[in-house]
Amino acid sequence: MTASTATLRPTPATTGLGSSWNRSAQAFLAILHRDLHVTRRELPAFLTQVVLQPLFLLFVFGKVLTELGYTRPGYTSVLFPGIVALTAFVTALQGIALPLSVEFSFTGDVQDRLQAPLPTSLVAVEKLLFSTLRALAAAAIMFPLGILVLGVIPWRGEGLPMAIAILTLAALNGSATGLILGTLATANRISLVFALVLTPLLFTGCSQYPWQSLAQLPWFQVITACNPLTYASEGLRTALSPQIPHLPGWACVLALTGWSLLLGAAGIRGFLRRALD
Amino acid sequence: MTGDPPVRGMNGATSSGTGMAETRTAAPQPRLKASPACPAIEVASLVKRYPKSSGNAVDGISFTVGRARIFGLLGPNGAGKTTVVGMLTTRVRPTSGVARVAGIDVAARPAAARAAVGVVPQRNNLDRSLSIRQNLLFHAAYHAVPRAGAARRAERLLDAFGLAGRAGDKPDLFSGGQSQRVMIARALMHDPVVLFLDEPSTGLDPAARLFTWDRIRELRDQGTTVLLTTHDMDEAEALADQVGIIDHGQLLAHDSPQALVRSLPAGASLDVTVTGPAGLAAALAVLPGAERAETAAPLPGGPATGRPHEPMRYHVRFRLPAGSDPGTLIPAVAAAVSRYGGRLHQAVTATPSLEDVFLQLTGRTLR
Repeated sequence: MTASTATLRPTPATTGLGSSWNRSAQAFLAILHRDLHVTRRELPAFLTQVVLQPLFLLFVFGKVLTELGYTRPGYTSVLFPGIVALTAFVTALQGIALPLSVEFSFTGDVQDRLQAPLPTSLVAVEKLLFSTLRALAAAAIMFPLGILVLGVIPWRGEGLPMAIAILTLAALNGSATGLILGTLATANRISLVFALVLTPLLFTGCSQYPWQSLAQLPWFQVITACNPLTYASEGLRTALSPQIPHLPGWACVLALTGWSLLLGAAGIRGFLRRALD
Repeated sequence: MTGDPPVRGMNGATSSGTGMAETRTAAPQPRLKASPACPAIEVASLVKRYPKSSGNAVDGISFTVGRARIFGLLGPNGAGKTTVVGMLTTRVRPTSGVARVAGIDVAARPAAARAAVGVVPQRNNLDRSLSIRQNLLFHAAYHAVPRAGAARRAERLLDAFGLAGRAGDKPDLFSGGQSQRVMIARALMHDPVVLFLDEPSTGLDPAARLFTWDRIRELRDQGTTVLLTTHDMDEAEALADQVGIIDHGQLLAHDSPQALVRSLPAGASLDVTVTGPAGLAAALAVLPGAERAETAAPLPGGPATGRPHEPMRYHVRFRLPAGSDPGTLIPAVAAAVSRYGGRLHQAVTATPSLEDVFLQLTGRTLR
């Protein structure tokens, strides 16, 4: 067995010392690297997934209906920020919910990462971070795409920091919601959960209409005020097309931050519940 | 801790980490160093009760496994084997009791404990988005194994497990046996102190099973501790240095397979089938050397002629005292048979096995 002695336990892989903090950080980065690696390889599929739906929304609502005269000419400055916010939110949600639900219920792919030497909650945090990054990339793609479809998009250089902040928070909210759904629903129920949760979220998030214009529909205005996506849409209007009556930017940031913390904590709790018995 | 589990190749003073979190959690009690002096596995009064469950899945188990040993946890399905492994590998949180791997308390410091364990589950959980080689390399990266060393190690492990030609393939295309080999190779990438294998032989063909057994023995010989669960007596007997028999969440016995068998009150037995006159049966019933003989009701031994002293067919089971060899009885049986002009048709020896140990402990068979 001498030959295989060298084979099964080859060179000791050890190098020096480090703290548990150091070890956790290395594991965290390696897991993030794994996700980036997989996404990079599946880039065309990723782009198709994220771009197609907002592309058609922009085309039909922003281009077709405007050309036919069913919407007013300024509508694109309402619609575009809303659709970008929607893209960030939904991409983040879908990027985490569906794969996670399948991983926990069927494939068990995630198990090897759960067995890595870092606190289990950090595996959930990595999922949030990665999904947020992916969603920000998708939101960024919406800008050239918007120019392509609409010709002109609302744009203010001085609104950029605000836009980045709002989009990051929107993506984080979407990721956290995805984490909750992905750990809550088993894979065979995820499509039902999506239908029940995602569709109402999409249409009560003020993506297609400004919040203040809902004063005529007070009950609906109350409902939309409960949806974090509303603050993302409104916040992005603050940044890109402030001429439209909108909620104050600070209120949007505050609401989105609050929602992020709440949904993030609930998502991590759900993740721990599924990951550990 | 960069890289490897805390134990290997380090002196006693080098513990699993010098981080603040560890110092804090360890403060109230004397700190257990993850040194080779620690047993590989220590379990004391370990209990797991799942929420909404009426009983304990694991009900106060205690055992210790030394370094470089193969420990077989033997029991029927649902006995609590997988839950014990789950707790030792930090996936299941203990309800009470203590479990340590390489001296690290798995409940208090799960992240540190994970560096010391390698896990091969029953189900294929390979990362389907990655190739076989990448499965190994990313696992190494999660465990902070330096990149160049990891690449060399992956090549050697792929080679040792007969996977070298398939390194670039995706795991979807693999059979159960191949997937298991990949999972073992993956688990070894960070050189764990203890390798956990949950039902390693389930669903494998005989050749694959022997291959896995050989690799497990090699690992033990090279200093890795292996804990495997099984409901297969032969596997436990063939492979394990120590066997723990578990049923209904309790450890009923824990010793080497040989010692467990020796502890049985019953010894070996010899079953013979003979034909001959009634006198032969009477002579066999008092054969010296046997503790006792059980003779089944005689059956007709040949073509029925209706004459008295018709030869009959007898089945006799000789029970021997514990520790004696049933084969030594056969000459005496043969001599008696020839004395009475009968015939010896069959002689089968049976030595007690773990199967009998399990029967003795639980009152039922495992299969």
